[in-house]
Amino acid sequence: MTATPSAAPAAGETTSEGGPRTHYLNAAYGLKSWLLTRDHKRIALLYLVSISVFFALGGLMAVLIRMELATPEGDLFQPDIYNRLFTMHGVLMIFFFLIPGIPAVLGNFLIPLMIGARDLAFPRINLLSWYLYSIGGLFTLWALLHGGVDTGWTFYTPLSTNYVTTSVLTVGVGIFIAGFSSILTGLNFVVTIHRMRAPGLTWFRLPLFVWGHYATSIIQILGTPVVAIAILLIAAERALHIGVFDPKLGGDPVLFQHLFWFYSHPAVYIMILPSMGVISELVATFSRKPIFGYRFVAFASIGIAVLGFLVWGHHMFVAGQSIYAGVIFSVLSMLVAVPSAIKVFNWTATLYKGSISWDTPMLYALGFIGLFTIGGLTGVMLATLGIDAHVHDTYFIIAHFHYIMVGGAIMGYLGGLHFWWPKITGRMYPVFWSKLSALVVFIGFNVTFFPQFILGYLGMPRRYHSYPPEFQVLNVMSSAGATVLGLGYLIPLVYFIWSMRYGPKAPANPWGATGLEWQTTSPPPVENFLTQPVVTAPPYTYASPKRGPEVTVGV
Amino acid sequence: MIPSSPLLPDQASDVARSVDHLMLFALSGLVVFSALIAILVFVFMVKYRRKGDADVGIDIYETNPKSHVLELVWSVIPLALLLVLFGWGTKVFFDQNRPPADAVQYWVTGRQWMWKVQHPDGRREINELHVPVGRAVRLKMISEDVIHDFYVPAFRIHVDVLPSRYTTYWFKANRTGTFHLFCGQYCGVEHSKMVGRIVVMEPRAYEAWLAGEKTGASPAVASGEELFVAKACNTCHRPDSSARAPILNGAFGTQASLSDGTVALVNEDYVRESILTPAAKVVAGYQPVMPTFKGQVSEEELIQLVEYVKSLKAASGTTAEAGK
Repeated sequence: MTATPSAAPAAGETTSEGGPRTHYLNAAYGLKSWLLTRDHKRIALLYLVSISVFFALGGLMAVLIRMELATPEGDLFQPDIYNRLFTMHGVLMIFFFLIPGIPAVLGNFLIPLMIGARDLAFPRINLLSWYLYSIGGLFTLWALLHGGVDTGWTFYTPLSTNYVTTSVLTVGVGIFIAGFSSILTGLNFVVTIHRMRAPGLTWFRLPLFVWGHYATSIIQILGTPVVAIAILLIAAERALHIGVFDPKLGGDPVLFQHLFWFYSHPAVYIMILPSMGVISELVATFSRKPIFGYRFVAFASIGIAVLGFLVWGHHMFVAGQSIYAGVIFSVLSMLVAVPSAIKVFNWTATLYKGSISWDTPMLYALGFIGLFTIGGLTGVMLATLGIDAHVHDTYFIIAHFHYIMVGGAIMGYLGGLHFWWPKITGRMYPVFWSKLSALVVFIGFNVTFFPQFILGYLGMPRRYHSYPPEFQVLNVMSSAGATVLGLGYLIPLVYFIWSMRYGPKAPANPWGATGLEWQTTSPPPVENFLTQPVVTAPPYTYASPKRGPEVTVGV
Repeated sequence: MIPSSPLLPDQASDVARSVDHLMLFALSGLVVFSALIAILVFVFMVKYRRKGDADVGIDIYETNPKSHVLELVWSVIPLALLLVLFGWGTKVFFDQNRPPADAVQYWVTGRQWMWKVQHPDGRREINELHVPVGRAVRLKMISEDVIHDFYVPAFRIHVDVLPSRYTTYWFKANRTGTFHLFCGQYCGVEHSKMVGRIVVMEPRAYEAWLAGEKTGASPAVASGEELFVAKACNTCHRPDSSARAPILNGAFGTQASLSDGTVALVNEDYVRESILTPAAKVVAGYQPVMPTFKGQVSEEELIQLVEYVKSLKAASGTTAEAGK
């Protein structure tokens, strides 16, 4: 994608008057300038800080869980504490880190830049969504300090409505409020992508990152209200004893699972589709060529979003659902694997005859492809009725969804963060340490979660505080791997913070990428572009020496 | 015999073997595809690594007319394999779910945090189930509180046990041994303590165990009959009565015509519901006069009553009807 004319007059740090260049970070100072900002770039940074806090808290709980599981006996925590730990780990990681994750940070920062817009369509609503997220998060943290919750992040009824005594309602309110933040973000993205594209930027010239976020936004808008309703019904039964789910009050316990998974399965795609969008950008940029089969990859995102709404019943194969319903959900789940496979094959084919650099973001992207492939294929196993009936609710499924949500979504998030960090902060990070972090995360991840596939097939159920001694060896391996993985996450935290002050200054386009966001300065000015960019070519159009330079990249 | 193999759990039923074969098929697909991707990625990464700063990749998609064929190939081949896996998996799943006709019924009640088992002869166990090898065991299961899950890895069977509804499942052990029974659905504080053992014995040893464990327990049918009298069910549900309540003899397994014009199969769930919520499905021709027994009978007593109703054979000349 080419911009003519381009952004800032000079990539240097000084204006023609000789003073420091004004950009979105130094345009205003003080707490108020951040908390009342309507600049999508600043709101993205607010999100970056808040989701990092929740990621750290969720990670800390994971560490405690793995410590407890290093021995078969439940000897480190009491069972009720252990149950709170894995519940809060799930709640924080899913609702307050992974779901907002890439859209609210990278999407927020990049979508207007990528489509050549001044901001999102509704800047105030964008700020509101961060406030809703924060209020929801604070409710949840408050509940954490007041006894936590021990239902599992899935809140299955009637356990959650009439049997546990922990802070189900407070956490429910927290998730309910944060849900609106997700809906508003999705809405903002959809309107922005429809209405605010630069002249010449047709749908099929959009970066695949934008396609991924478009598909994600559809899920956020259509799916989130359903989980909100499920939470309200839990509150109605728990607080007012209106019988909805508990058979003792005349309810149906399985109904909750339908409502819950109708959102929570598509929610997995809220986590993975933006990540896939990131990977498409990285693979194209670091191979210096267009994504193989652009339209297939773009429509695969939409296909996944649509099919994703039709497969929730595969969480309930053994839940008392009719076995014929299981058959339908099984075949539909198989179908979701096809667009996912298309993406993986197309990324691989993009590498063919590319000009591939081994920069840090690319290493994360390759890690993603490997881990997502294993996560996806084990997902196919779980969609197979006869296999699921054995490994359902065992460590096999824990391993599977961590390969998707940690191996997939977080690898994509970190890859994206490393890719756009120079744009976001105007600084570079150390090459050696960042490559090392990609390696350590990849190794640590596999040592942590691969043994869990075997544990699951051997029959170790999930959410077990103590377990039979023959499972110990694999659990110790997993705990050891978690230590490495935790270290792998700490390294980027350190050098990212370091780079903000000491990192070398980043040029406007350090990777030689083609996206519009690279046509403006690093960090971008408040207005994103000083003149309206005009797009004249498809995305990822790199000058080919064989065909002669068609376009000029950069300033 | 707790699992000894480091990679495979005990395989103690024919169903377990067929699940393992299915898994092996899926696993080989996984290995082939991930190896393919990994090798291609590595080869391309090395072969096409950037040599000069100004190098760019060569876009082959637009120039090569075969690109679309390639897209089709890697959509259709995975789809075909997925459908094979789906079909095979469904077949195994039906085997897991459908008890054979000769299966012997055992009752299982789950509660926070224990399993209670009732043998056909009325014998009861807690967190243990002794069965003879080679016997098809049909499990009728219900929970007294939250959702539990009956999970025996050695048989590759895993099914949620719900409150308010009987779940039917089955297994047939093909070798003796002691196998884990886990609660597979998170059920509260002591979830990981809701574990037990399945003890599979030689038939003769099983008989000896039955004989040696004389506890004076009476069969579920007999306990059910006592309850039937104690709860005064028999004052209305009398074989000779035709006034207040339907005759139960021979009713089980038939279709009952209901007062709202529909019909209902008289099975375990129907009998249980009719005891707890009599007004829900009233047999045509009767008034909804029966009081509810909700809170007055436990799940285990309900099982005994169900077994008793089941045992009532039709006297000659009685019409098959059921109800409250």
